[in-house]
Amino acid sequence: MPHGVIEQIPRFLTWYNAAFLLRAASFTLALSAVGSVVGILAGGAIAVLRRTRGWALAPLRGLGTLYVELFRRIPFLVTLLLVFYATQLGGYDMPLFAIGAIAVSLISTAYLAEIVRAGLASVHPNQWHSAAVANFSFMQTLRLVVIPQAWSVVLPPAFGFFIMFLKDTALASQVGVVELTYAGKTLNNRGFAPVLTFGAVLLLYFAMSYPLTLLGRRLEVLVARPRHR
Amino acid sequence: MPDLAIADLHAAYAGRTVLGGVSLNVASGDVVGMIGPSGSGKSTLLRVLVGLLPPVSGLVTLDGATVDYRRKADVRALRDRLAIVFQQYNLFQNMTALENVMVAPVRIRGRPRTEVRAEAIDLLSRVGLSERMNAYPDQLSGGQQQRVAIARALALKPEILLLDEVTSALDPELVGDVLDVIRGLAAAGMTMLIVSHEMSFIRDVASRVVMMADGSIVEEGRPAEFFREPQTERARAFVGRIRWHRD
Ligand SMILES: Nc1ncnc2c1ncn2[C@@H]1O[C@H](COP(=O)(O)OP(=O)(O)O)[C@@H](O)[C@H]1O
Ligand SMILES: [Mg+2]
Repeated sequence: MPHGVIEQIPRFLTWYNAAFLLRAASFTLALSAVGSVVGILAGGAIAVLRRTRGWALAPLRGLGTLYVELFRRIPFLVTLLLVFYATQLGGYDMPLFAIGAIAVSLISTAYLAEIVRAGLASVHPNQWHSAAVANFSFMQTLRLVVIPQAWSVVLPPAFGFFIMFLKDTALASQVGVVELTYAGKTLNNRGFAPVLTFGAVLLLYFAMSYPLTLLGRRLEVLVARPRHR
Repeated sequence: MPDLAIADLHAAYAGRTVLGGVSLNVASGDVVGMIGPSGSGKSTLLRVLVGLLPPVSGLVTLDGATVDYRRKADVRALRDRLAIVFQQYNLFQNMTALENVMVAPVRIRGRPRTEVRAEAIDLLSRVGLSERMNAYPDQLSGGQQQRVAIARALALKPEILLLDEVTSALDPELVGDVLDVIRGLAAAGMTMLIVSHEMSFIRDVASRVVMMADGSIVEEGRPAEFFREPQTERARAFVGRIRWHRD
C-alpha cells in the first residue's frame, strides 16, 4: 500500500464521509431507478405504439421511431447538456437532480423501447393470427399472448441495460449532480488517497449493481419457461 | 342456418393476384373438401374468409348478409361464427392445452369460467387428450397439438369450421388420430370447409369436392364421381398423380 494510506483510514472512515458517499450513492440509485422505471413504461408504450396498424396512429408511430433512433444515437452527455441548457434557456429554475432525471429518462426510454420492440418481434406472427381469428383485440393479444412470451427475450438485455445505466448516470455530475463518482472525486480532492475514495466508490457501485444482477436472474427464471414453474 | 356464399372473390399479396375470382357455396351441413396443388390459393381463400387478408373484390355473404371486410364490426361478427384451424396449429405457446381451449370463451366472450372449464375438459377428452390437458404446446407432439387446436376452435361453438391442411405438418403415424376427430365432427353434422391432401379421407368424409388451381376453382363435384371421372384436364392430371396410400 502506498505510504500514508493506512494512517489515513481512521480519518477517512468518519460519519461525515460515509454520509457524503451514501448520499451521493442514493442520487446514483435514484437517477437509475427513475430512468429504469420511466424507461420501461414509456419505452414499453412506444414499442407497443409502433406495433399498431392503421392510418390514425401513423404520425405517432413515425414520431416514436424517430425518437428511438435519435436518442440511441446521441451521446448521453449531449442529451444531458441539451436538457440542461434547454431548461436554462426556458428560464426554469430546476433542481439539478430533476435535470439529470429528465436526461436519463429520455435516454432509457429510447433504449428500452428498442429492447421491448425486439421482444415483441420475437413472438411468432402466427400467435397474432390465432388471437385475431378468435376476436382478441390488439390489447388483449398483447396482454394475454404476446407480452407473456416476450418477457424472456426482454429481460436479459433490459437488466444488462439497467446495470450499464447505473454506471452511466455518473455523467450527471457534468451538470453538477453530486452522484457517486463525483463524490469520490471530491473526497479525493480533499486529500484522501485514491485507493480509499475510489475503493469505497467501487464497493458502493458493486453493492448497488450486484443485487440488480441477481434480481434479473431470478426474474429470468420466473418468466423463461412458464411450464417449469 | 349458416350458409356461406362466396362470389367472384379476388385477393392479392402486395399487388400480385393470388385469387382470381373464386365462387363457392357452403351450405349448412355441408362438408366441402378442397384440394389442389400447393400454391393454388387454398390457404389464401381461408385467410380471406376469416378476415386475415382483405379481399380485393368479390362478395362474401353469411346467411344472405354481406360481410364487409373493411368494417371491424362485420369481421368480429363473422369471427364469432367461423373458426379456423391452421396447418401449423398455432397454439398459444404460453398456455397449457386447457388454457388454450378456455382463453377465448372466458376472456373474450366473457362466459363463466367453471362452465367453460367443464366444456373444455369434455372437448379435450373427445379429441383424446384428457391425460395431457395441463401440458404446454412444446410438450405435446404435433398431432396432439393439432387436436388441441381443433378443440380450441370447437370451444368457440362455430357454425362453420375451416380446416387448412391440418395433417400436412404431422408425422404419418400421427395423421390418423386427427382425421378420426374430423370424421367424428362430420358425422355429428358440423359444417366444414376442409383443405387437405388426404384424398381418401376427403373422398370418404366430404359431401362435395372442389379443386383449386391457379387461384380459381376448376372443378367441383360429388367425391365419388370427382375421383372416378374428373371432367377437366387439370383435375384429371391432379387425380392421376394421387397415391391412394391409405387404402
Ligand atoms: N404471405 C404471403 N405473401 C406473399 N405471397 C404469398 C403469401 N402467402 C402465400 N403467398 C403466395 O400466394 C399463392 C397462394 O398461396 P397459398 O394460398 O398458400 O396456396 P395453397 O394453400 O394452395 O398452397 C402462392 O403463390 C404463394 O406463394
Ligand atoms: Mg396452404
